[in-house]
Amino acid sequence: MAASSTGTYFTSYRAESALRRTKAEWARLALIAGFLLALPSLATGPLHQVLELHVINMVLIVVIGAVGLNILIGYTGQISLGHGGFLCVGAFTAGVFYQRFDLPAPVGIFAAVVFTAALGAFFGLPALRLKGLYLAIATLASQTVIIFVASQWSWLHDQGETMNLSRLRIGGFEIAARGAGHWQWYWILLVFAVLSVYAGRNLVRSSVGRSFMAVRDQDIAAAAIGVNVTRAKVTSFAVSSGFAGLAGALWAHYRGNATPETFVLETSILFVAMVIVGGLGSIAGAVYGAAFMWMVPELITKALLNVGGSEWTSRVPHLEMIFFGLLIMLFLIFEPRGLDRIWQRTKDYFRFWPFRY
Amino acid sequence: MLTRAYQFDLNSSGVAAGEPLLDVSGVSLRFGGIRALSDVSFRMRQGDIHAVIGPNGAGKSSMLNCVSGLYRPQEGRIQLHTVRDGEVGSTDLVTRKPHQIARLGVARSFQNIELFGHLSVLENLMLGRHIHMKHRVLAGMVWFGPARRQEFAHREFVEEVIDLLQLQAHRHAPVGALAYGIQKRVEFGRALCIEPSLLLLDEPMAGMNAEEKEDMARFVLDVNELRGVSVLIIEHDMSVIMDISSHITVLDFGKVIGDGTPTEIAQNDDVIRAYLGDDE
Ligand SMILES: Nc1ncnc2c1ncn2[C@@H]1O[C@H](COP(=O)(O)OP(=O)(O)OP(=O)(O)O)[C@@H](O)[C@H]1O
Ligand SMILES: [Mg+2]
Repeated sequence: MAASSTGTYFTSYRAESALRRTKAEWARLALIAGFLLALPSLATGPLHQVLELHVINMVLIVVIGAVGLNILIGYTGQISLGHGGFLCVGAFTAGVFYQRFDLPAPVGIFAAVVFTAALGAFFGLPALRLKGLYLAIATLASQTVIIFVASQWSWLHDQGETMNLSRLRIGGFEIAARGAGHWQWYWILLVFAVLSVYAGRNLVRSSVGRSFMAVRDQDIAAAAIGVNVTRAKVTSFAVSSGFAGLAGALWAHYRGNATPETFVLETSILFVAMVIVGGLGSIAGAVYGAAFMWMVPELITKALLNVGGSEWTSRVPHLEMIFFGLLIMLFLIFEPRGLDRIWQRTKDYFRFWPFRY
Repeated sequence: MLTRAYQFDLNSSGVAAGEPLLDVSGVSLRFGGIRALSDVSFRMRQGDIHAVIGPNGAGKSSMLNCVSGLYRPQEGRIQLHTVRDGEVGSTDLVTRKPHQIARLGVARSFQNIELFGHLSVLENLMLGRHIHMKHRVLAGMVWFGPARRQEFAHREFVEEVIDLLQLQAHRHAPVGALAYGIQKRVEFGRALCIEPSLLLLDEPMAGMNAEEKEDMARFVLDVNELRGVSVLIIEHDMSVIMDISSHITVLDFGKVIGDGTPTEIAQNDDVIRAYLGDDE
């Protein structure tokens, strides 16, 4: 349990319900905001050895997917190994609306969210009967079906199994190619990511989010207080898939293509790992987990190439897997509640300093 | 002016005091070969504290689970009488799902505490308000506006229950970390937040020390006498039952062996035999 601060009193429900309630919390938010504003300059300037803007942009996209998955796994207690599949649906839906129907990109992105949410609700139906490992296997089926359809349906494909999306154009504005494009994308993706995190954070402090947590903690008691457990589970699948749909749509637009290869089972597992490493049942944890799991492999690759030189290129993928696996194992052993918990503990440490507790 | 008077009604049943509220008729429940309940019938009246007693394994909890829809009896009817806007009606609970029964205002606590362990006392109690709240995903994501307004409106109700049960000190504590007696009280509070038309309590005082028992008995009496909530209570402590209940139904091996006022029950030979053992 995190320490609760003493000496902080509230005189209205409004003040108490706020996400940031103390000066320190506002100061921290300002710091984060400043960092996010400076990040593209840092990534193209002093930090370009370690951080690249396109990696950061991808992090912003996967953050959205991870927030969605944490609502499902961390808050509702329903495991899913099909999250990658739902990103795939979002990617192709956005692509179809943009390339095949020639509709404006925002329309396609919106459609991707809605359609993926609906499909997620449908594929979430097994959750009404199954729990735990059995549910995981059932969601595996949805993953397989989606990838199968996406790779067999040739109308979707421009070459191979890939659909190409032309550069994002909204009204008169068109995204620049390459370098400058990364900058522009950064701001677009940042807005989407921040709004998604905020929406997730709000959802879990509202009555809907609370009913999800009730189902997670004690589904019989949840039913006994009037929660329609069936509805809550299906809703959670829909919400989670909606986030996945958005992430997938942005992914397709950003990368300029949609292909089932990107969204295979490994991607789904990566998302589950993000949620676990970040911290189950924490929206902030989803952000930490997404950033960590996406950036660490890149950093490991860089470090290995620095140490071993270019003749290591062929070994890097394997070594990277080993390092990565080790890292996750250490996490599960030493901090199963994830990065979010580590952050809480750090805060407690400074709050109590110089005392230990 | 600040007043300490409670603004909210806890009782949501429109049935007049003394009128039938719950009719259990011919309920039989089997688990494979085990007959947990056989042909159980009794009537409960509005405004009563109606106790269900009996030895271990008599089927008391099973009876409660049938009322709240967690178990479905193979035979029999369980009718909840309602009065809405002057309209008299009744609903058969046997065919309903637990969450539908909860929406009728049937609230309950469990023999083995079933709280939402990772959530705070406040969140647990707010969940008690679930049936009175709207659950819109988009409004929740936006928060400002309807979602927040609804939150504060129900918070006022919850604060009243916190006040009534003296849970102020624990408001923000995660329930999993609380002492057993406090957890029992939180669970009772969560049921009150439903604004019950019928409150089912499965051994609310089990495992408590004398002092905690007295507190709990006081709360149950307050809720019943001052706020008009009808209570169906299972309890093993006979002295408590004799003191607080207005009507008692006795179960033994799934059958009703006695039904009446505490004085009648105290003189019932079958009941005495069931409790003291049959020596012949
Ligand atoms: N879910 C179940 N599955 C199988 N048998 C059950 C189930 N629930 C109850 N029983 C059986 O039904 C009988 C009555 O159990 P019940 O829990 O209703 O007794 P009780 O009167 O509440 O006892 P206690 O005072 O110990 O709580 C017991 O024989 C019990 O084993
Ligand atoms: Mg029992």
